[in-house]
Amino acid sequence: MNKSRQIVIEKPKNNTKKSKNGKLKTGEVEVFIMGKSYKVPAGLTIMKALEFAGYRFIRGCGCRAGFCGACSTVYRIEDEQKLGFDLACQKVVEDKMYLVQLPFVPASKAEYDIEKLEPSDITLITMYPEIARCVSCNTCTKSCPQDIEVMKYIQCAIRGDIAKCAEISFDCIQCGLCAMRCPADIKHYHVSQLARRLRGKYIDPKSNNLAKRLKEIEDRKYDNEIDGLIKMEKKEITELYKKRKIEAEEAVAQGGD
Amino acid sequence: MKLIDGYPEYMLKSIALVEQKRKRNMSHPVKPMSMKEREENLSKYHPDYMDGTRRKLRLGADKGKEFYNGIADLLEARLVLNANDVDLSKIDYDVDILIIGGGGAGTVAALFAYESGIACDKILIVTKLRHGDANSMMAQGGIQAADRPQDSPALHYLDIYGGGHFTNKPELARALALDAPGIIKWHEELGVMYDRQDDGEFQELSGGGTCRNRMHSAKDYTGMELLRNIRDNARNLELPVLEFCPIVELLMDNKGKVAGGVAFNLETFEYYVIRAKATILATGGSGRLHLSNYPTTNHYGATGDGLVMAYHVGANLRDLDTIQIHPTGDAYPEPIVGILSTEKIRGLGAIPVNANGDPFVFPLEPRDVESAAFIKECKEGHGIITPTGMPGVWLDTPMIDIIHGEGTCALKLSGEVRKFKRFDIDMAKHPILVYPTLHYQNGGVEINEKTETKIPGLFAAGEVTGGVHGKNRLMGNSLLDYNVFGRRAGIYAAKYVKKVKIGKLTLSHLDKYKKMIEQAGIDSKKTAPILLPEYRGEKAISRALDIF
Repeated sequence: MNKSRQIVIEKPKNNTKKSKNGKLKTGEVEVFIMGKSYKVPAGLTIMKALEFAGYRFIRGCGCRAGFCGACSTVYRIEDEQKLGFDLACQKVVEDKMYLVQLPFVPASKAEYDIEKLEPSDITLITMYPEIARCVSCNTCTKSCPQDIEVMKYIQCAIRGDIAKCAEISFDCIQCGLCAMRCPADIKHYHVSQLARRLRGKYIDPKSNNLAKRLKEIEDRKYDNEIDGLIKMEKKEITELYKKRKIEAEEAVAQGGD
Repeated sequence: MKLIDGYPEYMLKSIALVEQKRKRNMSHPVKPMSMKEREENLSKYHPDYMDGTRRKLRLGADKGKEFYNGIADLLEARLVLNANDVDLSKIDYDVDILIIGGGGAGTVAALFAYESGIACDKILIVTKLRHGDANSMMAQGGIQAADRPQDSPALHYLDIYGGGHFTNKPELARALALDAPGIIKWHEELGVMYDRQDDGEFQELSGGGTCRNRMHSAKDYTGMELLRNIRDNARNLELPVLEFCPIVELLMDNKGKVAGGVAFNLETFEYYVIRAKATILATGGSGRLHLSNYPTTNHYGATGDGLVMAYHVGANLRDLDTIQIHPTGDAYPEPIVGILSTEKIRGLGAIPVNANGDPFVFPLEPRDVESAAFIKECKEGHGIITPTGMPGVWLDTPMIDIIHGEGTCALKLSGEVRKFKRFDIDMAKHPILVYPTLHYQNGGVEINEKTETKIPGLFAAGEVTGGVHGKNRLMGNSLLDYNVFGRRAGIYAAKYVKKVKIGKLTLSHLDKYKKMIEQAGIDSKKTAPILLPEYRGEKAISRALDIF
């Protein structure tokens, strides 16, 4: 943190503040949900704290495991300068935390037919010209709950480096916090979605094994064998199943990977 | 409590034993169980075999069949919708195909219905949460497809069928195995970034119960990478999606066909009448019912609604006497209890060990067998008990970097690494604590290879269906399932709507069902479908008033 910017007069640390809602019991913390004080057990995630307080989610709650991006949120601890960014289903509450819900991110997506695009240097900037307005403020990166280097991948997109943009952005859960904070109105997560599709479709080399297998299936090479398995008596197929060689077991036995 | 590297001291003592024995454990693997050992373990330690977890259903198409208590509760519950409250003379949406569910199966079905000639504005996806808030998005480890020369669709079939204890519908297992390579090809065309070798071949790992390495993955975000590509395609086509509008009951016509559904807007409390020539049920699973009191890996909306509405129109269900508990749910720290740690961790070579650092099971048994072994180990007192009383065994994740080189965890399991890092745990340096968690609904609405249910006009695909996996699903076959059968549902429903005529709409099946409940002498306090689980604090609920 940049200490020179901290001009707030520090309050004595040992003087624990009294709760605005009566005394806290051991193991409790006070949180402010949309500004209202609630006491909740320490150790709960933001999501579970809201539920404990009596909220029943419709929006702002999806997979509850950090994959869907429905519960991305901002928070601020009382008297702290910095705004925090995280997923409500993953972040544990702290005392005097101010909590909100961000139910929706308005961010327009380019529409395209992936079959008709080319993975050229200008594809991304053509579909999303606003990326050229990036002022390199890095706010997007700071607001990413996945700790992705968002600004860096936008710079890759500007340069036309689709493969790198796709690689850096891969863990994006499309929560939209980057787009909400961007002073240049970039829709980062839509840009990187396109980059990843272009890379997967046009840039990464393809599998020969897959092509061969598809031809075999088309030629109905396995139909008889599978029909034979289907017609087998249970005892017979159970024997066959028991006796099949397990590749993973053999690899361990050979000490390979 | 003082924590070092995220763990309390007593757990670190156990970790020290794990570290001491790591080298030996890596070179002395536990052998897979024989079929007899599997059966013994399952019968003693898996909830599917315990007394009191299931009961006989008292009404409907499957009367007398045994289902898990929580499922039977739903099917015997009072109906949440009153037919008299719905005006069927005003149609809000009139479409060819209604797709219920905005996860993987639903979105794939929509894309292939479009490919099969149905206009975009004649397709409607309705979904309870947002488009893509689904278990499909959360799947991590991978998707199976037999495409290596040393593998074959027949071997894949054998794994599916044996893993399902030979109870699968063979024609569905065959479709799953034979369609798989074509699905991977479709993903390539969409632009899915699968993990590949330099020569373009897929990096393929082993999964529990698979005899060949055929797990295709995209780091540990495989489900997310697949669905965001698929969804992006749907968005480019502007396929209509109604979010936060779950279907609460199906509509029928006077000829006994399913003909759409009644949607409920969760935010305005309005209902919408949706008339459709064909309806595809793609509502996913039911982890949020917490069957047998397990925590779950599932998304917030996984409440088994599809089973309820399909049963109300007379469709039959199967294999709901089993649940899939995934062996490696997180047991520590408390905020992530029940969340999944992917099977790919074991696919990459991590071995489960007990409190003394000793291995006790082959790491890649089918999920039910592996889970039973974990439960046994803990019941016999060889597990670790967390500060909140949760039992668990170690999954020795540092083995991964030892086997494959430093940085492998960070690269191939970035999601997992990120999850534990929040709690100061470095899974490349220290093992993680795991215990089985409720993961998947093995059974569901019975379909055939055209995804038709028993009731004309009602198709189904994905986790809501039964028969594909029999009584136990293997890793990597659910992502495959929603693609294979989502695609088939889109294609066959598109074919069906070209010749079908819908008669007069009715909800009379609800009254019939209510009579059945009465005649069976059931007086349930519960209502169904439940739409969303109730997680509010007890105090808040106990003082809630219903006056606004």
